[in-house]
Amino acid sequence: MSRNDHQEARAAGRPVQGEASANQPLIQVDGLHVQFGRQHVLRNISLSVPRGQTLAIIGESGCGKTVLLKSIIGLVRPTSGKVYFDGNDLSQLSDKELTRQRIRFGYVFQNAALFDSLTVAQNIAFPLRQHFNYTDAEIREIVRDRLEEVGLSEVIVAKKPAELSGGMRKRVGLARALAMNPEVLLYDEPTTGLDPIMTDVINQLIIRTRDHKHVTSIVVTHNMETIRKVPDRVVMLYPLARLGSDEPQILFDGSPEAIFECRDKRVSQFVRGEARERLMEMLANSRRRSGESATTAAN
Amino acid sequence: MATAENAPHGSEARGCFAPFHAAADWLADLGHLVIVWFTALGDLALFTLRTLRWLFSRLPRRETLIPAFYQIGVLSLPVVALTGTFIGMVLAVQSYAQFRMMGLETRLGAVINMALVRELGPVLAATMLAGRIGSAMAAELGTMRVTEQIDALASMGTNPIHYLVVPRFLACIVLIPTLTIMADFMGVVGGAFYSITLLDVDYYHYWVHSKNFVNNFDLFIGVFKSLFFGAAIGLIACHRGFNCDPGAEGVGRAATRAFVFSFVTILLLDLFLGILLDTVNNYLWPQQARVV
Repeated sequence: MSRNDHQEARAAGRPVQGEASANQPLIQVDGLHVQFGRQHVLRNISLSVPRGQTLAIIGESGCGKTVLLKSIIGLVRPTSGKVYFDGNDLSQLSDKELTRQRIRFGYVFQNAALFDSLTVAQNIAFPLRQHFNYTDAEIREIVRDRLEEVGLSEVIVAKKPAELSGGMRKRVGLARALAMNPEVLLYDEPTTGLDPIMTDVINQLIIRTRDHKHVTSIVVTHNMETIRKVPDRVVMLYPLARLGSDEPQILFDGSPEAIFECRDKRVSQFVRGEARERLMEMLANSRRRSGESATTAAN
Repeated sequence: MATAENAPHGSEARGCFAPFHAAADWLADLGHLVIVWFTALGDLALFTLRTLRWLFSRLPRRETLIPAFYQIGVLSLPVVALTGTFIGMVLAVQSYAQFRMMGLETRLGAVINMALVRELGPVLAATMLAGRIGSAMAAELGTMRVTEQIDALASMGTNPIHYLVVPRFLACIVLIPTLTIMADFMGVVGGAFYSITLLDVDYYHYWVHSKNFVNNFDLFIGVFKSLFFGAAIGLIACHRGFNCDPGAEGVGRAATRAFVFSFVTILLLDLFLGILLDTVNNYLWPQQARVV
């Protein structure tokens, strides 16, 4: 089956060869635990993402959202637990097989992660040149199409990433992620650091990409506007350092409307951006620390 | 349970055992350091194995090889040529007075060229390249790690070791021996120029003694060692870059460590390869060993 057949089948909602049945979740995370040195980042995370769903992962900085995203694509090796993509356990795949699965993903990095030494055109063409034998003319055409899809003109193709604005870099990052026509798009804080207009542009691009290309999307974000507009489902993670040993790390898993109604104080504080309790806690910690140093000095 | 009554006994007990606690802390720190070093060594060994596996399974593409060869080879030529020339001349300056006292100044060429091709050429060229190339590679890859460009490569189904490390490693093992030959040549020219032109040593005898004293095996020893130096510089620099700590400070530290670790490895390799090659020399030409 050619790459175009895959695209057509996906666009028509038919399962393509090698893909598991439509009932099976495309991505399944099972009891995931990730630890770096002595620091535990994720604990017993289980979630499944059906084909075509747009999931938003939210939570405070440092709660492990990006680590979860990177575990899903196999960039971070789990300490324990499994990540299944289309029925394949990523930890059991050979390098070659993992590569084959990874090109079914598109990853939009937080700071775009464009290659500094390459031009915009070379960045977008990079995965195509690595995995296909397209002619230069075909590659130029794909690059132009992808730039058009993200609302950028062909004028910037010869520019280096350093010459672009933050919003343009993010859009080029999205164009690069779209180059291979992925089945899954992973967005790591796609609107962080952008002005409200550009934030809305990116949100609309995510929605349009989902609607036109029928991709499954996972969006890691802090932006409430993105949560309101983009996802079908929201999952909220909480930092392990602030949880008891038997408390689940996923505080909320439901629809975007429901999260704004959620009664859990930690969830409602996060979605409303209320920091009063956290500030008081920080103040109390600071007082306690100064008290401890005074006692040590007195001793 | 600690109470107000037994607290003084506790303090006394702590005071009594204080030296043991200090020794235990010291031992724990030492143990931690040993673990960190062995972990880093093991990690470097695995990194080397992965690099070799990719090197032999699939050659890198031309568009990744040519920039690496250009950066490591062509751009290093001036600095290596300059280093070689000055080593040769400095050797002539330093040895001349002693040799002249014994009336052996025509033997100057033999000593300069022998020292150059066996030791100073390979070691100083490798040191210079560890500073120029090793640090640059570690800083470049470190920046790529910090800005998630290495993750981006992997996410697009490209193996970062195959794409980033193999071309650099290959360029190092091919070009560092070549650059060493260049440094040797420039050193020989520099030494000869200084000795013959400025110190007035007899041209004919200078070259005759050089030719009689320095043989092909000496030249081979220098180039053979530089092959290992090149491999060490390439692997250590790429490994440091791949394991760079976050931030500008992390990149700076990776670049510094790449140079320091490469330099120490060059010195260690020089010693062990020197012993090994001397043993081979003595085995192949036992008469020569007996004369010495």
